[in-house]
Amino acid sequence: MALTKQDIEHIARLARLELSEEEKERFSSQLSSILDYVGQLSEVDTKGVEYHYHVEGLFNVMAPDEIGATGQTARDALLAAMPDRTGDLLKVKSVFQ
Amino acid sequence: MSLHQLTITEAHEGLRKKDFSARELTDACLEHINAVDGDVHAYLSVHDESARAHAQSVDEKIARGEEIGIMAGIPCAIKDVLLIEGTRTTAGSKMLEHYQASYDATVISKLKKQGTVFLGKTNLDEFAMGTSTENSAYGPTHNPWDLSRVPGGSSGGSAAAVAASECIAALGSDTGGSIRQPAGFCGVTGLKPTYGAVSRYGLIAMASSLDQIGPFAKTVEDAALFFDAIKGPDPHDSSSAAARTEQTHQSLKNPIAGMKIGIPKECFIDALDPVIEKSVRDALEVLKSLGADVVDIELPTTPYALSVYYIIQPAEVSANLARFDGMRYGTRAAWTKDLAEMYSKSRQEGLGAETRRRIILGTYTLAAGYYDAYYKKAQAVRELVRRDFANAFRTVDCIVTPTSPSLAFHIGEKSSDPLQLYLEDVFTVSANIAGVPGLAVPCGFAEKDGAHLPIGMQFLGRHFDEETILRAGYAYQQATDWHTQKSPLS
Repeated sequence: MALTKQDIEHIARLARLELSEEEKERFSSQLSSILDYVGQLSEVDTKGVEYHYHVEGLFNVMAPDEIGATGQTARDALLAAMPDRTGDLLKVKSVFQ
Repeated sequence: MSLHQLTITEAHEGLRKKDFSARELTDACLEHINAVDGDVHAYLSVHDESARAHAQSVDEKIARGEEIGIMAGIPCAIKDVLLIEGTRTTAGSKMLEHYQASYDATVISKLKKQGTVFLGKTNLDEFAMGTSTENSAYGPTHNPWDLSRVPGGSSGGSAAAVAASECIAALGSDTGGSIRQPAGFCGVTGLKPTYGAVSRYGLIAMASSLDQIGPFAKTVEDAALFFDAIKGPDPHDSSSAAARTEQTHQSLKNPIAGMKIGIPKECFIDALDPVIEKSVRDALEVLKSLGADVVDIELPTTPYALSVYYIIQPAEVSANLARFDGMRYGTRAAWTKDLAEMYSKSRQEGLGAETRRRIILGTYTLAAGYYDAYYKKAQAVRELVRRDFANAFRTVDCIVTPTSPSLAFHIGEKSSDPLQLYLEDVFTVSANIAGVPGLAVPCGFAEKDGAHLPIGMQFLGRHFDEETILRAGYAYQQATDWHTQKSPLS
């Protein structure tokens, strides 16, 4: 399975990643060889095999729907982690032009 | 023997008998870090002040005549992908260079309650992706047995810190072998518990259906004690399970006579270094001499486990790492024209090459048109791998394989070819794919290019049956002395 530079550009856009020209070339050849390797899975007969997403078959783990309070320390720490803010508000680029 | 070289068991005895104080034990570790970490680079940050303060409070407890738990006053190193409130947590990434954790991981709060001392945070491949610790944004860690070689990865810093006696024990995480492979490269003991046995709340998520936290230690006995201290279900991690509640260290010393140990024929691949094969076969003879019944088994789907892993893991990475967008925390690119560019530029500046490679790979295999051929197929084969283990465990109590096909390699030797590095995981990924526990122990040494290099093997067990593999590993360490050999920098 060969990945073209155009494929890489398309996926990079989906993943919100900017790549340099050199990286696009390098990734397309490296990822093609990885996809060739994992392509061996097509040899395995999986007809009728049912699977769970949790290896132990655990699903629908319920928790009470309660609002937990955030303490002042955690609140301050979360605010302090923001890359850019005005007061307690997170500053971002405008979404619409 | 100096204090920093002690095991958990020995250090606990010494503290209880007042042979030395927790403060002296912590100071000995901090001094040794000062002396050797310039060469090893196991640590990304050292918390000397808080470590001394925690040790002090354990000493006050002892002075008051109170009983102390086994992990009290034990100086430990923590992989820098686990959150300790108020301290820098980088995940080995530039993206989180200045990130301060706002809460404690569950394993950390459990250990804090017991009085464990945290020496600092250890180096890793960025977001725990890699097999050599060369993918860290903060430079590689060096193997204490030969500084020109890698310590393995992704928990290379924790493995090297234990091997160089820069701590008494350490925590790591294992998604495809990230505890067991570096334990093998560094000649230490490492346990990847059953998926769900230890809460992952506060572990920076990489591949959520595979990630698990576990201990590095100098002996199997220490690994069992450390595991008992951190395991158990947690309402904050819905994938954590109500595992068996018994303490694995209590049955550790029971004999293994009659234990059935399987050796899968699939692990004798061409790429396996003959010196490793010989050590593992010798180890099986030792286990036989202890009364274990060693039998050949087949795990016919496991040769495909690596392919399953390199589809599922990057897919989950691409989803989990979408949160690193420079928005609410982490690195944000300056001077961008709009929101879309802010995302893509921040991720370009903050994320390293291997991380971006896996995000691209995972985004591709999850994309419309490819999902069935890759992700769905991989999930179905994963189920077959799980059944392979379930079938094998009907006839055997545990399984032995090498931890990796090769010895610790030179820094830079394989970094240009990602697929070569991925093949390092060939023996370890199956346990994560199937969710079963794995215990790595040193089983020999090899002389290579003038270096004395450790060899590792692993015991794999049934879901939530850490008890059996720890018992097998303990019996093996009673009969051998590989685990007592010390690296030149210890």
